[in-house]
Amino acid sequence: MRDAENRIWSREGAVRMRSTKARRGAAAFAIVVSASIVLAACGGSSGGGGGGGSAGGKAPGLAKAECAPIKSVMTEYGDLSGKHVKVYTSVVAPEDVPQKNSYKLFESCTGATVDYEGSKEFEAQLVVRVKSGNPPDIAYIPQPGLLKTLVQTTGKVIEAPKSVVDNVDKWFGEDWKKYGTVDGKFYAPPLDANVKSFVWYSPKMFADNGWTIPTTWDEMLTLSDTIAATGIKPWCAGIGSGEATGWPATDWLEDVMLRDNGPDVYDQWVAHEIPFNDPKVAAALDRVGGILKNPKYVNGGFGDVKSIATTTFQDGGLPILDGKCAMHRQASFYAANFPAGTKIAEDGGDVFAFYLPVTNADQGKPVLGAGNFIAAFRDAPEVQAFQTYLSTDTWANEKGKATPNGGFVSANKGLDVTNVASAIDQESVKILQDPNAVFRFDGSDLMPGAVGAGSEWKELTAWITGESTKDALSKIEDSWPAS
Amino acid sequence: MTTTTPEVPATATAPVPTAASVAHQKLTSPWASFAAIIIATLWTIPTIGLFISSFRPEEDVKTSGWWTWFSSPNVTLENYHEVLTGSDTKLATYFVNSIVITIPSVLIPITLATLAAYAFAWMKFPGRDFLFVAVFAMQIVPIQVTMIPLLKLYVDPPFGLPQLAGKFWTIWLSHSIFALPLAIYLLHNFMKEVPGELIEAARVDGAGHVRIFTKIMLPLMAPAIAAFGIFQFLWVWNDLLVALVFGGGNLDLSPLTVRLAELSGTRDNDWQILSAGAFVSLIVPLVVFLSLQRYFVRGLLAGSVKG
Amino acid sequence: MSVPYKFGQMFIAIGAFVAVMGVVLFLADRVRSRKGEVVQTVVFVLPATLMIAFGLLYPGLRTIYESFKDASAQKFVGFDNYKTIFTSEDQITVLRNTAIWVIVTPVLATLIGLVYAVLIDKAKIEKFAKALIFLPMAISLVGASLIWKFVYDYKATENQQIGLANQVLKWLGLDTYRFLLTEPWNTIFLIVIMIWVQAGFAMTVLSASIKAIPDDIVEAARLDGVSGMRMFRYITVPSIRPSLIVVLTTISIATLKVFDIVRTATGGNFNTSVLAYEFYRQSFVSFNNGLGAALAVMLFILVTPIVVYNIRQMRKLEAR
Repeated sequence: MRDAENRIWSREGAVRMRSTKARRGAAAFAIVVSASIVLAACGGSSGGGGGGGSAGGKAPGLAKAECAPIKSVMTEYGDLSGKHVKVYTSVVAPEDVPQKNSYKLFESCTGATVDYEGSKEFEAQLVVRVKSGNPPDIAYIPQPGLLKTLVQTTGKVIEAPKSVVDNVDKWFGEDWKKYGTVDGKFYAPPLDANVKSFVWYSPKMFADNGWTIPTTWDEMLTLSDTIAATGIKPWCAGIGSGEATGWPATDWLEDVMLRDNGPDVYDQWVAHEIPFNDPKVAAALDRVGGILKNPKYVNGGFGDVKSIATTTFQDGGLPILDGKCAMHRQASFYAANFPAGTKIAEDGGDVFAFYLPVTNADQGKPVLGAGNFIAAFRDAPEVQAFQTYLSTDTWANEKGKATPNGGFVSANKGLDVTNVASAIDQESVKILQDPNAVFRFDGSDLMPGAVGAGSEWKELTAWITGESTKDALSKIEDSWPAS
Repeated sequence: MTTTTPEVPATATAPVPTAASVAHQKLTSPWASFAAIIIATLWTIPTIGLFISSFRPEEDVKTSGWWTWFSSPNVTLENYHEVLTGSDTKLATYFVNSIVITIPSVLIPITLATLAAYAFAWMKFPGRDFLFVAVFAMQIVPIQVTMIPLLKLYVDPPFGLPQLAGKFWTIWLSHSIFALPLAIYLLHNFMKEVPGELIEAARVDGAGHVRIFTKIMLPLMAPAIAAFGIFQFLWVWNDLLVALVFGGGNLDLSPLTVRLAELSGTRDNDWQILSAGAFVSLIVPLVVFLSLQRYFVRGLLAGSVKG
Repeated sequence: MSVPYKFGQMFIAIGAFVAVMGVVLFLADRVRSRKGEVVQTVVFVLPATLMIAFGLLYPGLRTIYESFKDASAQKFVGFDNYKTIFTSEDQITVLRNTAIWVIVTPVLATLIGLVYAVLIDKAKIEKFAKALIFLPMAISLVGASLIWKFVYDYKATENQQIGLANQVLKWLGLDTYRFLLTEPWNTIFLIVIMIWVQAGFAMTVLSASIKAIPDDIVEAARLDGVSGMRMFRYITVPSIRPSLIVVLTTISIATLKVFDIVRTATGGNFNTSVLAYEFYRQSFVSFNNGLGAALAVMLFILVTPIVVYNIRQMRKLEAR
C-alpha cells in the first residue's frame, strides 16, 4: 500500500497541481518560458554542446556569457561532455520539474548530463542501495541524522571537495555547515531549506472578525479564547502520515522548546545532554498540550482532540478554507497542500501564515526549520562539479526562478529574495538570511533514528490520544540508544 | 474444456450438476442470491468509490464524499489527462516495461516450479520430504531481508561474473525466486491429488518421468497452472519493490507501478490523480483474469478422476 | 532502450529459457536405467532449489546472523535484540495483534471465498460475479490504500464526511466512529482490508476445486436425498479439503508477512502494530538493523506451526 508517506517536511515545495485546463496551460507556459530564457541565454554565445571547444578553457560551455557566475568555481573540473551524474531524491513528478530545470545551466556550461531519479521510497531505498554497493552519485538527504548513519555505518559517503567547502563557507552560516559535518569532516552542503515556525490562517476571516495577528504566546491564547467564544474551534491539526505519523507533533514540541528555553538548551536536548523527560521538556510539551489537547481549541473541521491523530497532516489545515478553523501551525511548504485556486496572500487572501509567537521575550525570535543536504557517493570530477554547482548562489537563484509557483527556500546568503516566487517563501528566505535570527534544525532529524524516527513519533501520537506527558516523555527517554 | 484426461471419457452433453450447484439450488435460491449479491456489493462499493473519485475535480474529492457525486455530478477528465500525459516519460513506456518485466517473471517460475512440484510429488529420492518442507517454509522470508544481500550479489557477483544489476535479468530472476516457494507448494499439493495409479500405470508401460510429466501431468495440471499464472501475473504487475530495488536504479526499466506511486505527488495530496491512475493500471490484470478464466472454470484438475 | 530492443530482450530470454529447458529435459529423458532416475531428479529439482537457496535461504540465514548484532551491524550484542523484543511492553500487544490477524484473516477470507464460490456456481453471470470479488486482488496496493481512506476516514458527526462508513452511520442517525483509533476494534477494521483483498484468492482456487468434484459422488449423494446445507457440509467441503488447506496456509503466510496495510492506515499507532510491520519499521525507518533482523527471525519462528500442520496433513494423505 502507500509507499513512504515519509517525512515530507524537508521536501521540495510543490508546483501546485492545476485542476483546470486553463491553469494547467498557464503553468506549463510559465515553465516553458523560464526554461527557454535559460536556453536562449545558453544558446547565445556558441553552438551549445557537440563540437564545443571554440573559445578558451577546457570546458567549451564555460566560455558562454551566462556561465560567467560559475566559471571561477567550475573551471578546475574541465570539460565534462558525455559524463553523467545520477541524482537520487525524494521529489517526484510533477514537483521535480523545477529541480530538473535548475540543472540546465550546469548541463550547458559543463556538457555533463544529470540523470534525475525521484522516489517516494527514497530513504529506505537509499540505504539499501548504498549498503549493496549500488549507490547513486548524488543524493539529497533530508536528515542530518541519516547522513551520520550513512557515513558511520557504510563509509561510502565522499568528503566534500575544496570547491564545495569554499562555497559553503561563503554562502552559508556556520550552523548549516555543521549539519553536513560528521565526526569533524564536512560531507554535505545544504541544498534547500524550509521554515517550520509558521501559523497558517485566513487573512479574510481575521479581517472580517477584527482579529489581529498575535505576537506573543499569551496573545495567541487570548485570541484563541476569543475565537472559541464565537463557536469556531480556533485550531486544527493533523499528525497522520502513515509510518511517520506523529511528526507534526514533534515539530510543535521543538518549536516550543526553542521558544521557552533558547537555542543552548535546545541543543543540549537534541544531543541528549539533558534527558528527554527533563522538566523543561515536560513544561514545553504541556504548553503544546495547552493548545493541541484543549478540547475548546481543537480540532476545527474534524472533531475532538483525538481526531488529530487520525487526520493526515495533508488535510490538517484545510478547514481554514471553509471557516471551520482559524489557525494551523505548519511549515512553509504547507502552501502546496491547499487546492489549486486558493489565494495565498497577506491582504485579502484565502490563507497566509504568521510567525509562531514567542513564549519568552528573553530568547529572541527563534526559528525552527529543516532542509536537504547534498551527499556524494562517487569520487569523480563530474560529481564534484555538480555538488559544487548546487552549493553556489547561482544555483539557488536559478532554482528560485525555475520554481514559479513557489515552494523553494534556501539559507544561501546569495539568494536574491526577488527570485523567490511566493510571499511565504520570501518571508522564509528573509528569516533564514537574517543574521540576528536564531535558527535551529528540526531536532528529530538530528536525533538517532530509534528516537527521531521512532519512539518520538509514536509516543507523541499516543500522547495526543490520551497518554500523559510524563509517561510519553519517559518512554522516549528509555528508548534512547545506549551508545 | 481444453484438456481431457486419458482415462475419463468426455462427459455427456447434458451437464451433471456439481455438488456446489446442488447445494446452491437447495440453499433456497432467493436467500442464496441475496447473500451473493450482498457479498458482491460489499466487495465492490469501495472500488466504485475510487472509480467515481477518479472523475471528480480535486476540490470536490478533498471536501466531500464520493457519494455526493450522485446529487451533484461534476465530471472532469483532467485526472486521466494528468495520468496519461503528466510525466516526462510516456505512459506507454511504463506499460511496455511492465509487460517486459511480467511475462518472463511468470513463465520462468511456473516452469521451474511445475518441474520441482512434480519431483516432490512423484519422484522418489532421499531427503525429498525434508527438502519440500524447507522449500515450502521459505515462503516466510520477507523480500525486504533479501534486498541487500541479493543486490550485493547482482552488483558485485562472485566468480568474476559480469555486473548484472540495472538490466531486466535481475528483475526477472528476483521475481522468479520469490515466486518459487509458493508456486511449488500450490502445484505440489494439486499434483498430489492426481491418482497414483495413473502414474504407476505409465511407469509400468515404461514411460520415464519426463514423458509422464509432459504427457500426463501437464495437461491435467493446466487449470492449476493457469490459476497460479494469474496470481503470479498480478503480483508481478502490481509489484513496486522488486523493480525498484533489483532494477538497480535504472529508470529505463521502471514499470507502471513506479509511475503510479508518484501520481499522488511528492506530498501524497493528489488523490484524485492517483485514483485515475489506479484504474489505468487495473485494465491489464483484469483483461488477463477474464481471458484466462476459461482455462480453469472446469476445475483445478481438469475433469480429473479423483477417488 | 527502445521498445523493440526491450521486447527483443524479452523474447530472447524466453526463447533461451525454453530452449535450455527443452534440451535438458530431452537429454534427461534419454538417459535410462538407475542413472536416468538420478539425472531426472536433479533436472527437475535442482534449478528451483538452487534459486531458492541463493535468493531466500542465504538472506534468511544472514538475517539470523545479523539479529545478534547491534543497530548498525557493527558489533555483536548476543541476545540483546531478543531481550528488547520480549521485555518491551508494546511487544505483547504486537504479538497479540499478529495472532489475531493470522487466525481471523485466513478463516474469514476462506469462508467468504468458499460461500461465494458455492453461491455463484453455475449462475448465469458467474464469470462477471467472480470478477467482482477478484477485483481487489488486481488493484495495486497504492490504489487500495486510497480506497479504504474513502471508507474509514473520520470526522466528527457535524462535519461533511469523506469516509463512507461514517456517512452510513450518519444516515442511520448515529454518531461517527473512529474506525482506526478505537481499540481493540481498529485491528479488526484493518483485517477487513486484508480479507477484502484475499477473498478473491480463496474464491478463485476453491471455485475451481469445487468444479472438480467428481460428478458421481454428487449424483450418489443426491440420490440419497442429500441437499442444501448438508450437501455443502458433507460432500462439498470434504471433497475440497486439500484445496482448503492450501488456501488457508497460503493466506496465513501472506497475513504473517503483510505490513503495508498497517503502514498506511495507522503507521502502527493506536496499538495496531503487527510483527511484520515492526520488522519493516525498525529496519527501514528507524534503521535499527539488529532489532529489525531479530523481528524477522520471530516471523520465521511463527511460521513453524503452519509448517507442522502441513506436514501432518501430508502424512495423513500419504497414509490414505
